[in-house]
Order: sequence, then structure tokens, then C-alpha cells
Amino acid sequence: MTESNGSAFEQPASFAFDAESEAEIAKIVARYPEGRQASAVIPALYIAQRQMKRQTGSAWVPVKAMDAVGARLGMAPIRVYEVCTFYFMFNTKPVGTYHLQVCTTTPCWLRGSDQVTEACRKATGIKGWGETSEDGVFTMTEVECLGACVNAPILQVDDDFYEDMDAEKVTALLAALRRGERPTPGSMAGRQTSAPDGGPTTLTSLQFAPEA
Amino acid sequence: MLQDKDRIFTNLYGQHDPFLKGARSRGDWDNTAAILARGRDAIIQEMKDSGLRGRGGAGFPTGLKWSFMPKQSDRPCYLVVNADESEPGTCKDRDILRHDPHKLVEGCLVAGFAMGATAAYIYIRGEFYNESLALQHAIDEAYEAGLIGKNACGSGYDYDVFLHRGAGAYICGEETALIESLEGKKGMPRMKPPFPAGVGLYGCPSTVNNVESIAVAPTILRRGASWFTSLGRQNNTGQKLFCISGHVNKPCNVEEELGIPLKELIEKYAGGVRGGWDNLLAIIPGGASVPLIPKSICDEVLMDFDSLRAVRSGLGTAAVIVMDRSTDVIKAIARLSKFYMHESCGQCTPCREGTGWMWRVMTRMVEGRATLDEIDTLEQVTRQVEGHTICALGDAAAWPIQGLIRHFRPVMEERIASYRKRSMPMAAE
Repeated sequence: MTESNGSAFEQPASFAFDAESEAEIAKIVARYPEGRQASAVIPALYIAQRQMKRQTGSAWVPVKAMDAVGARLGMAPIRVYEVCTFYFMFNTKPVGTYHLQVCTTTPCWLRGSDQVTEACRKATGIKGWGETSEDGVFTMTEVECLGACVNAPILQVDDDFYEDMDAEKVTALLAALRRGERPTPGSMAGRQTSAPDGGPTTLTSLQFAPEA
Repeated sequence: MLQDKDRIFTNLYGQHDPFLKGARSRGDWDNTAAILARGRDAIIQEMKDSGLRGRGGAGFPTGLKWSFMPKQSDRPCYLVVNADESEPGTCKDRDILRHDPHKLVEGCLVAGFAMGATAAYIYIRGEFYNESLALQHAIDEAYEAGLIGKNACGSGYDYDVFLHRGAGAYICGEETALIESLEGKKGMPRMKPPFPAGVGLYGCPSTVNNVESIAVAPTILRRGASWFTSLGRQNNTGQKLFCISGHVNKPCNVEEELGIPLKELIEKYAGGVRGGWDNLLAIIPGGASVPLIPKSICDEVLMDFDSLRAVRSGLGTAAVIVMDRSTDVIKAIARLSKFYMHESCGQCTPCREGTGWMWRVMTRMVEGRATLDEIDTLEQVTRQVEGHTICALGDAAAWPIQGLIRHFRPVMEERIASYRKRSMPMAAE
């Protein structure tokens, strides 16, 4: 199959849920009333995407996996295709080992997401959004507001938010990822989560019983 | 100014243990059975008396919304919690989900009990993966401790709480799109009526509430409606989580009373505007969907539903996006246009086509590659999108542009003039 940007990739010939995935699906389907298994389609697609990551190193959902989800949940394949292509977090083509998701919506843009983007490009050699670096290590995607705006700009790597970023911190983070390290997510400026820089100015007078 | 003793979210910044032991030490799950023992009507009345208005953006009275649920139902009823926090600028629910998850889980029980629900589904945005792990852990703890599940809190009431992850679609923050998504479909809003209280999740009576609205309920019920109404302003009671982002010295989340002056909020908690208050250009006071307000309005305006409505903007989610004078304000709004184009579900033509059209014109406005009368055309098109779609995303795409034209038309005109001057030097002579 050929994508519009020219990068070719193979759809696997088959896909079957492994034991780990089957166990997760069984757990999730139980959350919904009898006959409403279709509710589990998004979770099941996540499970398929994670299984692909385990098996191939790339987190994506091939068509055969969508078919497997449909068969498992009693849904027509087209209903699964609709869902998988409607929601942005399912990758319908292979991605790199690390999926760099740069938020460029206004709150991040005001705080320097252009510099984050530029630093990602420089460190990975990726030119355009949605592309994968030649060594297959990084894929870079432009994403919309991630919902962590007081810690803008945000660079999401796979499931983790790296916050309060700038060009220098991006370069250091990507170098660490290349070395196989996984820095602790959160504020890269050392802030206490969403508290103002320098520490909380509220909630300072409260005492709670020991939390042993 | 709100004092620490009146703050609801006492672990906002995650300095303490977010889980059961820590939550209990902060007063959560304290004799919840006694709250339930007051009965459905008394709980709803207390919520009505508190004047709490929904914290997800629309500001609809929460107690009233709960009262729309049927008193008797032969079908199951559901509470659906909207944790799909995606409105640009907004990151308050995230702190509740990861740092105070038990306030939400307890809120699910008391709210669900009050509306006769058998279960709550919490729909959390897919990007909040780590937050979903924290919340799931809290849910598991609550089951383990008998706080939810069979005979929840020893009340004799059976109640389940389930977590459901979305997958990156802003539209699923719209309540009926959220329900569609929860049913395993594309997140496309439904026509209303019927409203979810009649026909909601799986065709059953349902109420969709924002995370913050549900998470504040147990505290309101413990401390009483009169405590809540003593805070904030009339018709805008209580406290609220504010998210202050953009060009301030110290961006942060903070809980404050509704009705706090915008200037005080920014100067007291966010270290002031970068370069000083006089360096302020404009502020989007309630998340991307509400029109921006220029500095002249920011000087005086109060942060509550009615005060911001009076200046033709809105409190929305109370996400304050600050822009200083270095900002290309046309570009800032154009980026929001791109956001709405990306997030339109494509169901209604005015929104599907309109958001793309508005973004393309806004892109030219950023360069100035337009004619002066196109500003009016743009304004007219926003009016044709607004109010002509099933859900409010069309409105949300229209309002930021309307705000820009209302307050910064001279900047747009100047941009066009300078582009013409650059591109047509001969014509200028």
C-alpha cells in the first residue's frame, strides 16, 4: 500500500490477539452491559495497537487487526474501520519506536511550540508531519491541544507528557531516548506539576493527618 | 480571596498521596453513607440551593440537571462523567484525575445515587493515559474498600464506576457525541431532543456532567449549600479551578472564588503578565471557544459567568489564555481556526465546510493577503455557521473569529494594507 506522501508499507497478512491481549479484552468487555460489547471497540483497538508494539516494535493498527476486533466484538468490519479512522490516536500505518507528538495549538504556540518543533526536526532529520526518521526511531506528529496548557509547551512521547519544554530540553530528551533511557515525564523545568514556578502559593497552610 | 480552609481541591498539585489513605486524611469518603441516607430529593435540593453551575463550560445549574432524571425508571439509568478535557487552555480536570481521584469517585456515587443511576461511566480523553492509570487505581481501591460496588458504603445501594478511554477526538467532549463514542461509534453529536435524561447511553436515561462538577459535590453536601453560596457572587456561587496559561510569568492552575477580578487572578497567582500589566494585549478568558477580550476590558472584568457574558465573552472552562503585546493576535486566532477544522466531526455541512473555509481565509488574513471587504465576508460566514449545526462546535469555531474582528479589526486592516504595499509597489505610486 502506498501513502500519499510516497512512503510504502506492508499490511500484515494476518493478525490474532495473543493471550495477554485476550485477557485484557475479557476484562474490558465485562464493563459494559450484555449485548453492548461494541462499547469496547476503542479499548480493543488500543489493545491491538499495543500488541503490535510488543510484536513488531511499532504501535499501529493494521486492517487485519481491525477485522479481529470486529470478529471479537460482533461488529461489521466497516463499523470498526469507521471508528479506527475517526479517532486520531490510532495509527493506521507503522510509526517509529518513539512517537513524538508535538502540541502546536495556541496555548503551546504562545509558549514556544515552534521551537519545540524545530528542535525535533533537527534532532531527527524529519521534514514533515507524520513522517518517520530514516533510522525508524522517531515518528513526528502534530497534535491538537493535549490539555496540559499551564505546562506548555508539551511534547508527548508515546503515552507520556514532557512539559515546560524548550529547544534545549527537546534535544536532551531525544538524545536520552536514543540511548534507550526513559526520563521521568512531567515538568522538565522541575516544577511541582501545575503549581507556579517556585512552588505552590496556595494550599500552604493546610495540615493533614499523617499519610503513612 | 479564597482561604485555604475553603478550598475543595486540597491536593491540586499532587504534593500528597492521591490515593485512598491520603484522600481519607483530607476528608474524602467521610461517612458517605450519611449523605446517601438523606435521600435523593434532599441531595438534589441541596445541590440546587448551592447554585452550583456546571464546570464544563456551559454553566447549566447542576442540581437542576440532576432533577431531570426520571423518578422511576424501568430501564437502567446512567451517570456519564465527561473527562474528555480538550478545550484549548484547559487542564483543570487533569489535576483532579491524577491528584484527587477519590473526590471524583465519591462524587460519582453521591451524584449517581441522587439521580437513581446504577452505574457511572467516566469517559477520559485518550491522551490522559497516566491520569487514567491513577483514576483506575482509585476506582479499584474504592471497590476493594466497599465504598462502591455492591452495598456501596454500607448504604444498601449497588453502584458501579467504570472508566472508559477515548482516543483523541475533541468532539467527544460534546455530551451526545461522548455517548455515541461510549457506545462504540464515531463521535458524532445527536440531535436534541430527545435529551440524554430521556434517551441517553444505550437509549436509557443518562446525565452527562463535567469532572469538576461531580468532584465538588461531596464537599458541597458535607459543608452545606450555605457555605458554598457564601463564596463567589450571586448566581455565580462557589469556587472554581482556573488555568492560567500563555504569556504570564508563572503559568499555573489555582482554585479561587468566582467573581475574582481577572487582573487580580493573574497578578496574584500567575506572577503577572510577562513584561507587566501594560504589556498585555488580550486574553481569552474561558478556553478557546470564547471570544477574546482586549486589555481595556481585562482591566476591570470579573471572572464569572455573568460578568464575562456582559462583555460578550464567556467563563467557559475558566481557562485564561494570556497574550502579551508581542503576540501576532491574528495568527493566534488562526491557529484556533485550524483546531476547529481538525476537530469538526464532519456531520453538518456548515461546520465541515465552514471551519475549513474560515481557516483558509484566516491563513490569508495572517499574511494580509486579502481585501478589506473580505473581513466582512469572513464575519458573515461565521454568522452562517453559528447556530446552524447540531452541536456547538460550529459556534465555538465562529466566536473566536468574531471576537478578533470585533476588537482587532484595525490590526487586520493594517496587515492587509502593508501586504498590498509590499506586493504592489507600482500601484502605490
